Amino acid sequence: MTANAPGIDDLRSRTFPFPFRHFLSAGDLNIVQVSELLDLADHFVDFNHRASKKLDLLKGRTVMNLFFEPSTRTQSSFEIAAKRLGADTVNMSPRSSSMTKGETLIDTAVTLNAMQPDILIVRHGSSGAAALLAQKVGCSVVNAGDGQHEHPTQALLDALAMRRAFGSLAGLTVAICGDVAHSRVARSNVAMLSVLGAEVRLVGPPTLIPAGAEHWGVEIHHDMKSGLRGVDVVMMLRLQLERMQGALVPSTREYFRFYGLDRERLSYAASGAKVMHPGPMNRGVEIDSDVADDPAVSLIQNQVEMGVAARMAVLASLAHRLDNA
Amino acid sequence: MARPQPTAFQNARLVDPESRYDGPGSLIVSEGVIVDVAKGREFKDLSGDVRVIDCNGAMLAPGLIDLRVKTGEPGAEPKETLKSAAQAAAAGGVTSMVVQPDTDPAIDDPAMVDFILRRARDIELVNVYPAGAATKGLKGQHLAEIGLMRDAGCVFITDADHSIVDSRVFRRILAYAKAFGMLVAHRPADPWLTGDAGATEGDFAARLGIPAAPTAAETIMLERDLALAELTGARLLVDQITCAASLDALKRAKARGVKVHASVSINHLSFNELDIGDYRTFAKLDPPLRSEDDRQALIDALADGLIDVVVSAHAPAPAEDKRLPYAEAAPGSVGLETLLPALLAFHHDDRIPLVDLIRAVTLAPAQLLGLQTGRLSSGAPADLVLCDLGAPVIVDADKLRSKSKNSAFDGRRLQGQVLMTLVDGRVVYRTAD
Repeated sequence: MTANAPGIDDLRSRTFPFPFRHFLSAGDLNIVQVSELLDLADHFVDFNHRASKKLDLLKGRTVMNLFFEPSTRTQSSFEIAAKRLGADTVNMSPRSSSMTKGETLIDTAVTLNAMQPDILIVRHGSSGAAALLAQKVGCSVVNAGDGQHEHPTQALLDALAMRRAFGSLAGLTVAICGDVAHSRVARSNVAMLSVLGAEVRLVGPPTLIPAGAEHWGVEIHHDMKSGLRGVDVVMMLRLQLERMQGALVPSTREYFRFYGLDRERLSYAASGAKVMHPGPMNRGVEIDSDVADDPAVSLIQNQVEMGVAARMAVLASLAHRLDNA
Repeated sequence: MARPQPTAFQNARLVDPESRYDGPGSLIVSEGVIVDVAKGREFKDLSGDVRVIDCNGAMLAPGLIDLRVKTGEPGAEPKETLKSAAQAAAAGGVTSMVVQPDTDPAIDDPAMVDFILRRARDIELVNVYPAGAATKGLKGQHLAEIGLMRDAGCVFITDADHSIVDSRVFRRILAYAKAFGMLVAHRPADPWLTGDAGATEGDFAARLGIPAAPTAAETIMLERDLALAELTGARLLVDQITCAASLDALKRAKARGVKVHASVSINHLSFNELDIGDYRTFAKLDPPLRSEDDRQALIDALADGLIDVVVSAHAPAPAEDKRLPYAEAAPGSVGLETLLPALLAFHHDDRIPLVDLIRAVTLAPAQLLGLQTGRLSSGAPADLVLCDLGAPVIVDADKLRSKSKNSAFDGRRLQGQVLMTLVDGRVVYRTAD
């Protein structure tokens, strides 16, 4: 079933079957499940460098991209991943205004369900929306970002990029910096990095660190110097500029002065430390271009590349489960 | 409507909060009032025209008075009408309900008060009392016609879920209402802190990524309200107190003589913040559910009398408003039919004496409103509930009488089945045999 892909049959025969019908939360996974997804994704990274990039793992399957929020990068990444696995893909971007005119998310789900997709990839502005859809449709649902809650494939691709850079995540110290409060990337990463044995710090002004985060098994720092001291990975988050209106930070220039990442701040991290960012970046707000574009320290381009492979691993695992259901 | 023949309720467990009696006894109802109460014994030699009901030891107590009921009428009848709410009330043993003024249009003038009272008379099921808005259009700016609404029949004033932010306006409301002897109910919540919150700030809400607000949003405004109640000497009802910190403030205010009372919703006594797990929108409430420590503090405060009244906080929301992602879903739970069995949980747990629980939903609200009900004494209106305390109830939201089925208690196992509800001596609800 894996034409032109020597190795995948072997790999899959070694794995435990993926136990979940949906892929909704990084917090659902244990270390074995994450490790196997990473192994599979690792294989796809190499595969994606071939001239011929077509597999038939999802042949005949229909994958629907349902993006209520615009996101060119994530949507393209999922679409490429699905296509490389041989799926038929459909992109839908329901306008949220039509939802407010009476059609609820569940109405949409029922309509989509009637079209018999196999996998729905959902991005929505409300926390829990993917989980709600998963309860109402017959197919598998992949959470591609729900409100401020989770973005589990981003955490998977981040872990993959780190594992390829460092060999293992166990024992690494990772600082997640910036607007943690509104970041689904941060929540998924805290869960997944902790499962993989990394130590996690959250660094940012008190207004951007969620209340109660001290119970997440992480260190919290409000000062970049102490927060970055000795860390192996600095994961910067996008400062959502609309937060400026909420009086959460005084100005972008003050934010960069105290919480932006530049060479000087990076010097507090361990030697050989890597910099990550889920993108898109606000250069000069949370990160200096000098750091972001330096291939010696930046994994940012790798993250984009890992995105396709990580999503292929998730889709292939869900499809494998469907095949064996 | 013709009055039914005199009825004797024999062999009951009488629970009378006024005399603090909880024991065997019997009671006779005639012409819409309680005409005789026999504590510890049964009536002998009853004349032939008296209908006798053997209660088989079931609890006979005053009918419940619910101070916080939202209906959709007028303006949002698909949610709930006064009739469907009244039917739900009757089935839940609630004989009097106070309708919140945040209808469309709002109950902010005497004509609207009159409209509600007329509709209630037409329905002729349970007693319906309108609460009047404190400010015109519930906008928190200009005083509503408090005196005229009182004369038209409204029982207290409140801006319902809208907090009155302007302290000067709130002070004027308290001072003005005092002159008319009106109770002012206010839900303390600093809107700048609550914003679009749908949960209580903390670890759990942060993990779920739900916008959340700290309990300080309540205590900050509560402290202000207490200071202004003290300043004006007005009677204040803290509408739905929810957290331990607020209880401390309430206790201090009561100790220094502020005329303040407090209500708590049955939801905040029964659930904690973890009940919204998996984005369960039926448990999305406003105010949001609090921590277990807060819940335990509320139960203790009810037990020791710091909290006077328990309300259902009946807030119907149709499926289309609830079947949404958590952040977008409407808050609120229906509660008229589950108030009594949910409250009885604290009796079954031996946490609070039955007579004190019943007091919080009968005599205490009656005294706040100046009603004659809420007691089992000769001459009191025959608003009664007969309840099999031990009967198991599994809440099935789909079977509730409310038009909206959004019950936070859906699926819960409770104990306490209402067998019969009487209003003015009329049987308005009876379980199917």
